Amino acid sequence: MTRRPELLRRLPPLGSPLHLLLLACSFALAGYAGVRLLDGDWFGILLWFVGAALLHDLVLLPLYSVADRAVVQTFGAAGSRELAVYVRVPAVLSGLLLLVWFPLISGRVADRYRSVTGLSPDGFLARWLLISAVLFGGSALLLLLRLRRLRRLRSATKQRPPATH
Amino acid sequence: MHDQRLPSSPGFWRSPLRGPWLTSVLGVVLLAGITLLFVTGLLSYAAYNPDLSSVNDKTPGKGLLGFYLFAWPTSPYWLYRLTQGVHVTLGITLIPVVLAKLWSVVPKLFALPPARSLSHALERISLLLLVGGVLFEFTTGALNIQLDYLFPGSFYPLHFYGAWVFFAAFALHVALRLPAALRNLRHLRSGREREGEELVSPQPDPPTVSRRGALWLVGGASLLLFGTTVGQSLGGAWRRTALLAPHGGADPGSGPGGFQINKTASYAGIDPRETGDEAWRLVVTGRTGAVRLSRADLMRMPLYSVALPIACVEGWSTDDQWWRGVRLRDLAALVGHESDPPDVFVESLQRHGAFRSAALRDNQVADARSLLALYVNGEPLTLDHGHPARVIVPGAPGVMNTKWVARMTFGDL
Repeated sequence: MTRRPELLRRLPPLGSPLHLLLLACSFALAGYAGVRLLDGDWFGILLWFVGAALLHDLVLLPLYSVADRAVVQTFGAAGSRELAVYVRVPAVLSGLLLLVWFPLISGRVADRYRSVTGLSPDGFLARWLLISAVLFGGSALLLLLRLRRLRRLRSATKQRPPATH
Repeated sequence: MHDQRLPSSPGFWRSPLRGPWLTSVLGVVLLAGITLLFVTGLLSYAAYNPDLSSVNDKTPGKGLLGFYLFAWPTSPYWLYRLTQGVHVTLGITLIPVVLAKLWSVVPKLFALPPARSLSHALERISLLLLVGGVLFEFTTGALNIQLDYLFPGSFYPLHFYGAWVFFAAFALHVALRLPAALRNLRHLRSGREREGEELVSPQPDPPTVSRRGALWLVGGASLLLFGTTVGQSLGGAWRRTALLAPHGGADPGSGPGGFQINKTASYAGIDPRETGDEAWRLVVTGRTGAVRLSRADLMRMPLYSVALPIACVEGWSTDDQWWRGVRLRDLAALVGHESDPPDVFVESLQRHGAFRSAALRDNQVADARSLLALYVNGEPLTLDHGHPARVIVPGAPGVMNTKWVARMTFGDL
């Protein structure tokens, strides 16, 4: 038996040799493509690549999590957390459409769009707003129906106190 | 002890939805979807025939990454319409799945210690390539189809090389994680969950929605994006259903030339004085020298009709249009290439822009359906569709069908 020197024992272990081989293979391929990717405005491209991950993980995700928590707490204060879904679903759908089609909806490419395609750039904002109106309106209608059903249920099972958390 | 106010503490993450089951389901969907995206992307790259001529090649430094290139076929004539429609529509459709997958694993981003072993440390670095890569590819793609060229460079090299960097990390991630994901899904039936337990919140909030409900939301969001996009590739009455896609909604104008335009004549800087019958001449060069042809000369040659779509790299396409014009191989024969039509180098009147010239391979020239079109849908071409003459080749990406053709040089490229 040979004892590993103190220094080596305090270093983290290497990990599975198979994993290390796969990792090396992956990094080699990524490197081969990466030097080609960065041939040009390398700083800008690196900024986009890493920035996309940071922007998503440290800005977008926390923002929508906080917004969601606020919605759930608002409904929670009224004692009906499970109804948060009626705001969540249309908000997620409408927000996603805005996120994906932001350049067209915001009109920031309107001039180029018109001159390149010969099409009118004017309808995108209106269509997104109408889709959002349908989503939120439809959800409101469903919520209304559900609340009516709850009320009827409650008056049927007379005077039972509402569930609280 | 963990301070639960910090995201590095498992207790910071409260959602009762996170766990191996949700992550595994989303992961398996993405494995199929992203594989199809990668393959259709590589096909689109091959469709430009980048190895044929430098004018087709936006990535001259590709090296071995072009190892698989092949002569892009002309049959079926709707090939590129299908592959690129799938590429773009599927990409848009998968955005909610990607975001949900990233949400489901975000506690791992902050997990401590940063590394348990060398291979764990390297794996975390490779996750940066995976996450950065997927967001880079989806963002550049979504911006490009909306003509928002914000990204730092030309779309083709960024999206192509970026895809390979991403793929390197993606393949590794699949190799390391797929076995566990499949085991998790199998255990689902027996109600046990084993691997990836660290994703489960130790102090979950009471649920507001079931995991199944969350999956329905992701699926519904994908369906909504799909439904408001796919019409721009299906064409016909379906185009009206593509409410937010760049080439959805109404067609530009009505009549024979009222179908989708890639680049208008005014955007391409075409001077109408150069396209008039008096001024315009087509110069065809080949083995026996050069000939200059007016539009009237071309109209005296045998004319053929063919129904072909325009299919753009941006994912939209048109229905089949009726083109009428001179066969490319007849033009080759005119300048001494009677038996074996060679490649052709086509130049436009357009003075600026990425694809003002394009090279077509001999199999494309030889196809009897490949035309130098003079008419579309029974009328002379409109200026926006390439008057006085444009190329139309079955199965080729839209920009390979050069408009406002001024010069054609036959010969091996």
